[in-house]
Amino acid sequence: MSGVRVLVGTRKGAFILTSDGRREQWEVSGPHFGGWEIYHLKGSPADPSRIYCSQSTGWFGQLIQRSDDGGATWTPVGNEFAYDGVPGTHQWYDGTPHPWEFARVWHLEPSLTDPDTVYAGVEDAALFRSGDGGQTWQELSGLRGHGSGPSWQPGAGGMCLHTILLDPRDPGRILVAISAAGAFRSDDAGKTWRPINRGLESEGIPDPQAEVGHCVHHIAMHPSRPDVLFMQKHWDVMRSDDGGESWREISGDLPTDFGFAIDVHAHEPETVYVIPIKSDSEHYPPEGRLRVYRSRTGGDEWEPLTKGLPQRDCYVNVLRDAMAVDTLEECGLYFGTTGGQVYASADSGDTWAPIVRDLPPVLSVEVQTLP
Amino acid sequence: MNTQTSPGPCAVRVVLPPHLRTLAQVGREVEVHVQGPPTQRTVLDALEARYPMLRGTIRDHTTLRRRAFIRFYACEQDLSHEPPDAPLPTEVATGTEPLLVVGAMAGG
Repeated sequence: MSGVRVLVGTRKGAFILTSDGRREQWEVSGPHFGGWEIYHLKGSPADPSRIYCSQSTGWFGQLIQRSDDGGATWTPVGNEFAYDGVPGTHQWYDGTPHPWEFARVWHLEPSLTDPDTVYAGVEDAALFRSGDGGQTWQELSGLRGHGSGPSWQPGAGGMCLHTILLDPRDPGRILVAISAAGAFRSDDAGKTWRPINRGLESEGIPDPQAEVGHCVHHIAMHPSRPDVLFMQKHWDVMRSDDGGESWREISGDLPTDFGFAIDVHAHEPETVYVIPIKSDSEHYPPEGRLRVYRSRTGGDEWEPLTKGLPQRDCYVNVLRDAMAVDTLEECGLYFGTTGGQVYASADSGDTWAPIVRDLPPVLSVEVQTLP
Repeated sequence: MNTQTSPGPCAVRVVLPPHLRTLAQVGREVEVHVQGPPTQRTVLDALEARYPMLRGTIRDHTTLRRRAFIRFYACEQDLSHEPPDAPLPTEVATGTEPLLVVGAMAGG
């Protein structure tokens, strides 16, 4: 019988939650790498047994762990992320030039077709690629070098490259997003890049429609329609129908258009999910009610999903990489909170139940659908 | 503390912090062999050669500078700010005392 494996990164270790296709009974494994910050772990679409994990602490820096048996055992692989050439500078918070310095890996994106190829989005923002299962890493430096890099500034969480989307139709097309620089696209497998932020409007920057400088929080794509992109920006939920060439706002009737996480239903490309957060200074749900909002119309019109979620006194946050969907026939959704809960829905979001309630603050949630 | 060093290869004891013991799959203390007078640099070179998974966790890959929240202690002294090529105390060189690699009291 088919099943799911939910990969949870937290402030103090990784957890693996497994269930059969009913998604009612769960087995919890972990903490793996207890005490370490696990920003992200993700399985290879080409080989579900292969999982990559970003492990770090302020004491000991960055490690990358790899599992070849679905998370039962792990092996440390390469952890040297050296910027290509002279790193140069980006803007610091005070507007002065600041040298590019590696801090950590925020996001790992395994290739759609090759288990040994994986991309890493790092802070300070850059994109790295490994073609040998994570043993060695090379920067795709055309991103930092395309011209606007010196003007990039960190967001409050650091200047991180947090979103990597690989186009299943075109292996040369890669899309990334950086806080607080914006979205960028390559059409030649990462050699050259350009900003794709037309239509974004951010009141927090001097030119609200600038080519770069936007605090993009996350972007989601349905694999059947790679040109349709859904973005949760610092404020505003946005949509592009042309691979990011232009964007339009689809916040519609959301109670607030601030938030971090966004995802698309596995089988309905026009069904989008966000988790509205009150504001950039109040990182908790409006009115203390944890609500997932679903649009079945590709945006603009949204409905709150509340069954099984706390509807009073809830002041957790849901971070940008902490929501995922499975591909079972009845699409399952998962998200984790900074309060340590991981909620699951086995019916496209209609009803929810916690898988676990008391993990460390959740940084990321990914799910693997197993045969 | 005596910083005189003995000639020839030395067996240096190194105590690792718990997270790095887990990473390297070793106990509290390991022994590495160093040619010539042991220094922070030669001991860490030997340590990383024997346990490659520790590369980058104690000092930076490229600059080889000590990571900010790592400390080196021996003989009840803080050697963290000593030059990397300064000889370690004789007690470390002779194996009487270990070099302690410590995660600083920081973080949460």
